[in-house]
Amino acid sequence: MPPHKKKLKDMKNPSILKTLIRSKVLVLDGAMGTMIQKLKFDESHYRGERFKNYDILLKGNNDLLSITQPKAILNIHKEYLEAGADIIMTNTFSSTSIAMADYNMESLVHDLNYESTQLAKKAVKEYDSPYKPRFIAGSIGPTNKTASMSPDVNNPGFREVHFDDLVVSYFEQISALVDGGVDILFVETVFDTLNAKAALFAIENYNIKNSVSVPIMLSGTLTDASGRTLSGQTLEAFITSVSHINLLSIGLNCSFGAAGLFPYIKKMSLTTDLPISVHPNAGLPNEFGEYDQSSGQMQNLIKDFLENKIVNIIGGCCGTTPDHISLISEIANDYNVRKIN
Amino acid sequence: MKNKKYLTLSGLEVLKVTPETNFVNIGERTNVTGSRKFLRLIENNNFEEAVEVAREQVNGGAQIIDINMDEGMIDGVSSISKFINLIAAEPDISRVPIMIDSSKWEIIEAGLKLIQGKGVVNSISLKEGENLFKKYANKIKRYGAAVVVMAFDEVGQADSYERRIEICKRSYDILVNEVNFNPEDIIFDPNIFPVATGMEEHKNNALDFIRATKWIRDNLPYANVSGGVSNVSFSFRGNNVVREAMHSAFLYHAIKNGMNLGIVNPSMLIPYTDIEDKLLVLVEDVLLNRNEDATENLLDYAEKIKDSKTTKAIKKDEWRKDSLQDRIDYSLVKGVDKYIIEDTEEARLNSKKPIEVIENNLMHGMNIVGDLFGSGKMFLPQVVKSARVMKKSVAYLEPYIEKDKKSSANAKAKILMATVKGDVHDIGKNIVSVVLACNNFEIVDLGVMVPPEKIISEALKHNVDIIGLSGLITPSLDEMIFLAQELKRNNINIPLMIGGATTSKAHTAVKIHPEIDSGLVHVKDASSAVVVVNNIIGNKNKLYFDEINKEYNDLRDGFLERKVLKEYLTIEQARENKFKINWNNEKIIKPKKLGIEIIEDLDLNFLIEFIDWTPFFRTWDLHGRFPKILEDDVVGEQAKILYEDALEILDKILNEKWLKAKACYGIFPANSLGDDIEVYQDEKRDNSICNFITLRQQTKKASEIPNIALSDFIAPKSTKINDYIGAFCVTTGFGCQEKAKEFENLNDDYNSIMIKALADRLAEAFAEYLHKDIRINKWGYSSKENLDNDSLIKEKYTGIRPAPGYPACPDHLEKKTIWSLLSVEELIGVKLTENLAMWPAASVSGYYFSNKNSKYFGLGKIKEDQLIDYGKRKNISLDDARKWLKPNLL
Repeated sequence: MPPHKKKLKDMKNPSILKTLIRSKVLVLDGAMGTMIQKLKFDESHYRGERFKNYDILLKGNNDLLSITQPKAILNIHKEYLEAGADIIMTNTFSSTSIAMADYNMESLVHDLNYESTQLAKKAVKEYDSPYKPRFIAGSIGPTNKTASMSPDVNNPGFREVHFDDLVVSYFEQISALVDGGVDILFVETVFDTLNAKAALFAIENYNIKNSVSVPIMLSGTLTDASGRTLSGQTLEAFITSVSHINLLSIGLNCSFGAAGLFPYIKKMSLTTDLPISVHPNAGLPNEFGEYDQSSGQMQNLIKDFLENKIVNIIGGCCGTTPDHISLISEIANDYNVRKIN
Repeated sequence: MKNKKYLTLSGLEVLKVTPETNFVNIGERTNVTGSRKFLRLIENNNFEEAVEVAREQVNGGAQIIDINMDEGMIDGVSSISKFINLIAAEPDISRVPIMIDSSKWEIIEAGLKLIQGKGVVNSISLKEGENLFKKYANKIKRYGAAVVVMAFDEVGQADSYERRIEICKRSYDILVNEVNFNPEDIIFDPNIFPVATGMEEHKNNALDFIRATKWIRDNLPYANVSGGVSNVSFSFRGNNVVREAMHSAFLYHAIKNGMNLGIVNPSMLIPYTDIEDKLLVLVEDVLLNRNEDATENLLDYAEKIKDSKTTKAIKKDEWRKDSLQDRIDYSLVKGVDKYIIEDTEEARLNSKKPIEVIENNLMHGMNIVGDLFGSGKMFLPQVVKSARVMKKSVAYLEPYIEKDKKSSANAKAKILMATVKGDVHDIGKNIVSVVLACNNFEIVDLGVMVPPEKIISEALKHNVDIIGLSGLITPSLDEMIFLAQELKRNNINIPLMIGGATTSKAHTAVKIHPEIDSGLVHVKDASSAVVVVNNIIGNKNKLYFDEINKEYNDLRDGFLERKVLKEYLTIEQARENKFKINWNNEKIIKPKKLGIEIIEDLDLNFLIEFIDWTPFFRTWDLHGRFPKILEDDVVGEQAKILYEDALEILDKILNEKWLKAKACYGIFPANSLGDDIEVYQDEKRDNSICNFITLRQQTKKASEIPNIALSDFIAPKSTKINDYIGAFCVTTGFGCQEKAKEFENLNDDYNSIMIKALADRLAEAFAEYLHKDIRINKWGYSSKENLDNDSLIKEKYTGIRPAPGYPACPDHLEKKTIWSLLSVEELIGVKLTENLAMWPAASVSGYYFSNKNSKYFGLGKIKEDQLIDYGKRKNISLDDARKWLKPNLL
């Protein structure tokens, strides 16, 4: 029996999601990193039993905690589901061979993605119901290398990573995520559109190879007030560059708080007919690098998005907690959903 | 994307090819098969300079850059990779989409993996069969690019109309139905082949392309058409005059038939309308195969012009010298014209073609000017001066660039400007035109009193991107509404800009906006014109218009809501609440002399002290009260320079008598009868020679506040008290037009606008001067008055001189009454246009009221009952009455 039959059984029917997104504003979960930080794990926690004698420092490798501290990750997922999140994201932001190279953990990519998805699945099982179905989005980060820019100012033609490398690396991550049972693939925090195009290309490769069609969410991030991505594209150029892909949603995350993202999301809602997602940070970091926007403050800002009917999926990025998601979830259904053509 | 049926590409920015885009120019210089220079640079591994070639192209207006590395001696894959990675690091280049041009799939695929934006593959075709065609198309789709499809199949290249459409249709069907390629992402290249080759079978080459283009656009939904234009003139290599004409004429017809992208060298084009008549006929005969001897005739003609024109054109090598460019920039930014001719000559000698001096040297400087102006670091008068320097330089270059007075080849957009029918005021329009021209927009200026049908036909003829309408008198507002309706009725989708003293955002939103489907923007002043135009032609214009539409809709809704809130009286109620004067206590001074008087030629020196300078500065977008404005922190310095320049011209006006001040006026016995004022021949007061029909305020006032009409200031007939009224027309406009024209001929818009602005000020000063003379001497009702100019401006004197068309008496028709009462046209030659603007424009007319209670007021809105009553009193139809009072109707 070809392996993909099993995968399809694990994945929720995409049409449930596609119907739901037309009828209500869906709530995404909040930050994983912030919640991990609160646990104040030290090096030994990160290592666990399995990597006790590993020759590289592992503190900071948050994705690894899915293997070494699975209960902690499971609890975080549960807290977000309890708070009302419709979609939770797997703890796999950096689980590609390219990003894991820093820890010499390229060979662990399948396990990281698979185990993370399993944890999310376990959590969802407790909360899922026909009245409020819950979904798992496989988080696909941008990697720590960029295909459109040179890291060396004196050698602008140089590239640290190439499209083909990214496609191979992403394909590996995607296969494991779908193996593990995600319902959505979420290419997020896109700072270089070429990296994202490689991820999308890899997803299509996967879909074609396995005759499936996994729903794709895409979310970019802006550098500064110029409203451009790090690789220099305007919002419209970014949207145009990925217009060949049949996306479930497009949106923005990170970079600013909700207030800062508002004008860009508004512009986006005028530019595209696709469902729009936003998961902002809890404000801007203070002088200690901490995000201190309270859940109440954020709820107020999120109201603007809902009142203006410019989003379809809303959640949180850096600094947000189950409290934030709970208050967002409280108001998400008080408003009519943004219409999708 | 919303409206996804348009080809939409991206580099760092978006390029959306909509019907409004007209034509997208693809740069061809970064192509080793087309440019020897580029090939040499790549062969020598000189990528640094190769990047500069790309930059020049984008700066020169290329909206897509075509990159081709197909040369036997170079490694295509590594060269294109290196080049694309290098330009990705240059935001001013990579802002435009990339066209990967190769006949080798491995080069195409290498390119596709390097671009973050949505590019174009150039090209694929059915040449190697359907399977390969589908395979490549599918991959291109997956990489997220658009595609150029050549009209080429297994049999060969399409060389007739029928073969072109056959192959394009087959390719389209496969792409759309089998590969699921978005139809808007398909760009057909139906082969541009040379004409005038002497071969019979080539005679229809251009015509067939044009016809195939039309067929494709009509029959293959959303597909686009492109081509390499220079091919068509291949037979005339070495004769650039003929080639440029052929390119322009070919493009003219091809674009008209739907070609929306193409590879054109901007320096090998001249504006279609500037092609010499004879040459154009010969060229079109060849292109459209209009007669048997077309080729022979064009060849003969080409021989004749060859020697005279092209020898000069092919000259010199690299021209750019930093110091020279700096000098030119300085001259432009500072508006110094003293050295511009010698610098231009030096630049010209350094340029391959004289037109490059404009495109490179001058535009470089003007871009700085545009940026400074845009960021508020330069002011309007300076920009107009910069334009003067630019024009001088261009004028000098003109003989070298043949008839072409400005390079329109890379103008950002073409804008039609006109003062509407019946209106003669053009200062504002001229300023906006100059500012836009400075920003590299091509202006088609139709002048003043332009009828709507002409505006529309010229707009279509010149294929303009925007129509700008200007007007100063209130009937012009209706002309603008009418034009908007005409555009809609004719399905013309050209955005409209509205400007001029009488226009407003509110009027535009409430009255014009509902009448039009294409974009509409009210332009507040010259400074905002550039921003508005850039927004209109920009990639984000849909967003821009969405915002404007929303703003105008809100404004209109708000206006309509507000309107309901105000209460109005019936005209009878309003008349009962008239401004009451106890006439028995009034001391009415009998004028020293009754009847009409003329001033033939007043010494202008008398007027200087009466000039109100504040509006003069406002004309130039410098805001603030005179003389304080000269010390203003922000605009002071510029105001001072402008003031000095103005005084210099004023001095010439006075010494060399450039302008003539004429006036006629008269004071007559008069009494009010209801809201009319009867004017009598003499003190017998038995028959009226004319009636002034005044209008009464109808808004409901707070208690004690009257509903005023001008007639309230004249003693009613029933009181049997002898009262009087005056009327006048002054002008300082004779001589203005001629002088302005002289300046224009010297390419000096600055002084052309200056003289008109000064003439306007002098006319107002004349009105002030005459009014004072009337009060103190001629009528003499205020003989002890002694006010300085400041107090005059603040209207501290007794009596008023309201002017028809202004708030107290918005009815322009009253001018006709004044004209016949005073025989204005016969006596001093000032005319009224069909919409009752005065000609010359620098004229003022009005009434004189002497009563100490008389004051200026605004009529506001009136109701239908007064309109009907007014029509009867005026003895005109209700429709006519409605037409003239429209701006004041509820």
